[in-house]
Amino acid sequence: MLSYNDAVRRHTFAVLVENKFGVLGRITGLFSARGFNIESLSVAETEDPTVSRITLVTEGDAKVLEQVHKQLNKLIDVIKVTDLSEESHVDRELVLIKVNTEAETRAEVLRIADIFRGKIVDVTPKTYILEVTGDEGKIQAVIDLLKPLGIKELVRTGKIAIARGQRML
Amino acid sequence: MKGADILVESLLKEGVETIFGHPGGAILPINDALYSGKIRHILTRHEQGAVHMAEGFARATGRPGVVLVTSGPGGTNVVTGLTNALMDSTPIVVITGQVPTAVIGNDAFQEADIVGITRSCTKHNYLVRDVKDLARTIKEAFYIASTGRPGPVLVDIPKDVSTASYEFAYPESVNLRGYKPTIAGHAGQIRRAAEMIAAAQRPVLYAGGGVIHSGAAAELRQLGELTATPVTNTLMGLGGFPGVHELWLGMLGMHGTVAANTAMDAADLVIAIGARFDDRVTGNLEEFCVGAKFIHIDIDPSSIGKNVRVDLPIVGDVKHCLRRLLEELRAMDKDWQGEHQAWLAQVEEWKTKYPLQYTQEPDGELLPQFVCTQIYEATHGNAIITTEVGQHQMWAAQFYHCTQPRQFVTSGGLGTMGFGFPAAIGAQVALPDAVVIDIAGDGSFQMTLQELATAVQYDLPVIVAILNNHSLGMVRQWQQFFYDGRYADTSLEVSPDYVKLAEAYGAVGLRATRAHEVRPVLEEAIRVRRPVVIDFVVKMMENVFPMIPSGGSIKDMLLA
Repeated sequence: MLSYNDAVRRHTFAVLVENKFGVLGRITGLFSARGFNIESLSVAETEDPTVSRITLVTEGDAKVLEQVHKQLNKLIDVIKVTDLSEESHVDRELVLIKVNTEAETRAEVLRIADIFRGKIVDVTPKTYILEVTGDEGKIQAVIDLLKPLGIKELVRTGKIAIARGQRML
Repeated sequence: MKGADILVESLLKEGVETIFGHPGGAILPINDALYSGKIRHILTRHEQGAVHMAEGFARATGRPGVVLVTSGPGGTNVVTGLTNALMDSTPIVVITGQVPTAVIGNDAFQEADIVGITRSCTKHNYLVRDVKDLARTIKEAFYIASTGRPGPVLVDIPKDVSTASYEFAYPESVNLRGYKPTIAGHAGQIRRAAEMIAAAQRPVLYAGGGVIHSGAAAELRQLGELTATPVTNTLMGLGGFPGVHELWLGMLGMHGTVAANTAMDAADLVIAIGARFDDRVTGNLEEFCVGAKFIHIDIDPSSIGKNVRVDLPIVGDVKHCLRRLLEELRAMDKDWQGEHQAWLAQVEEWKTKYPLQYTQEPDGELLPQFVCTQIYEATHGNAIITTEVGQHQMWAAQFYHCTQPRQFVTSGGLGTMGFGFPAAIGAQVALPDAVVIDIAGDGSFQMTLQELATAVQYDLPVIVAILNNHSLGMVRQWQQFFYDGRYADTSLEVSPDYVKLAEAYGAVGLRATRAHEVRPVLEEAIRVRRPVVIDFVVKMMENVFPMIPSGGSIKDMLLA
């Protein structure tokens, strides 16, 4: 028996799709047509060039999440849908942050990069570009710490996720 | 072989005998390939007509209907029909021409991104960019359209693909790793369903269009009769259970019978079979079947749990699931009739106390319900009935008691005015000997009446029975009830003379304005075996009852 929970939760889906043009359009079209949210989405080819893998983060109550799962499965070009939030998984995001670097803040930026095991990948007299990889909490923490120092620009890959252990999709 | 010929040969492999279409520049190589006459092409007067004809063909036969139209406006004109077919799970394959691959994206003449436009209103769609993929694509298109939950598939073929050459080899099978419909229901779930049915005191079978799509009318009847359980049909399910059977409750929902809606409300178990808890069925979900548990059998997993919390889901083909369920139930050796005696007596009382009714005064204004009853009697209940959308549709559903699946062809989910007439033509093409009647409203008929020319050109003796109330009656009814009688934009005070209109097209035009004229006019229409339009001039202010207002529940039901 299904039990519905009205609490809104954030779930991460791994979606294997045919690597064909237009497939991403079908997915995003489905989300907009049905009023589902996309919090983040990342897509690229897998080890099998005919298959792409989408990591999609969405938010909703149990009923919405169930519909997201089922409606994705209904698309002909979708090969497999897995709700990774239902199992143990590793997720990561990469962020590139362009930070203001005045003489007095430069050391602080470097310290933060060090603490978060980030890398400075570009340097100018006035800016650093910092690369940080981590889960959602870590990315948010580094952003929060750098904000007072002056973030000029920021880009995130969106989350990617994979199940732990021997299990494969 | 040229791409256009590969397409024609592929369609022949799929058993296609008739295509509904309209030509144009980008599709011309394919029309040219059809010139040999291997497949009959019905030239429609508008692409929307073609797609509804294909739907009518598919609904009357269960076989996919095929449409062939050109690029740009040809494609955009089929969007309504595609959406209609998606909502009502109708298998159709629509082939559109496209501008040559070299100019796609250049805003070429009659270019539209039809694959993009129709992504959300098809079960699946394709742009064939290489002639090598054409035969396989057609094979997949027919497979996807007609299996699982049926639906529309669109194949967009650029002109240079139609003219390119490649060897023709039609695939034997399809292999779509992302598309594997579940046919067999879960054995354990079916066993549990049987136990729930056996334990129920007041069960109701709530059966939808899925019964018809899967060809499970016989199994549904056996299930009802074996377990002595009353049956209600959705609009899409009409004919899936005999509309004259003693266990039949009538249609349920907004304009359903008192017996059907009251039985659902009082039920302790609702067995939903190939139905999807549409809002026109449930009304306010908070107050829908509050005392009932739900079993839901559907081939589309996304239909289960979408609107109503289901206690026991079974994903699978309805026919397959009902057969297994019947095996389980037969093995129980129960006195179903005895156990359900009180429930059946209660249901019978509701049916007797609250029948669908009207009073036709012999010299009074003609009542649309009376016309529907007369159509039913004049055709001995054996006609194929199509409808448009509105009041006439509800009266047709209430007063034409369909006993056979595929007998009632209507636009359910999308509610497409203008559907019924071309759908009737499509059904008549499929079943040349049948009496096919489009019960229409004057508003709806005016949306696709240009297909009169098609009916006349191909000698298709469809009958359009217009219940002419000189208004957009259902909207007018809502205005009367919910907008203080402010009849904004619903008066069709200027309308054609439908008799002259029919004659202008070379069809037969007939009219009845009084009760005694109805039967002779109908008999004449059935006798002539030519396209006929009958103008039944009916009472303008007649309303459809019962009515549960939108978003209401059974306690809000209006009886008159």
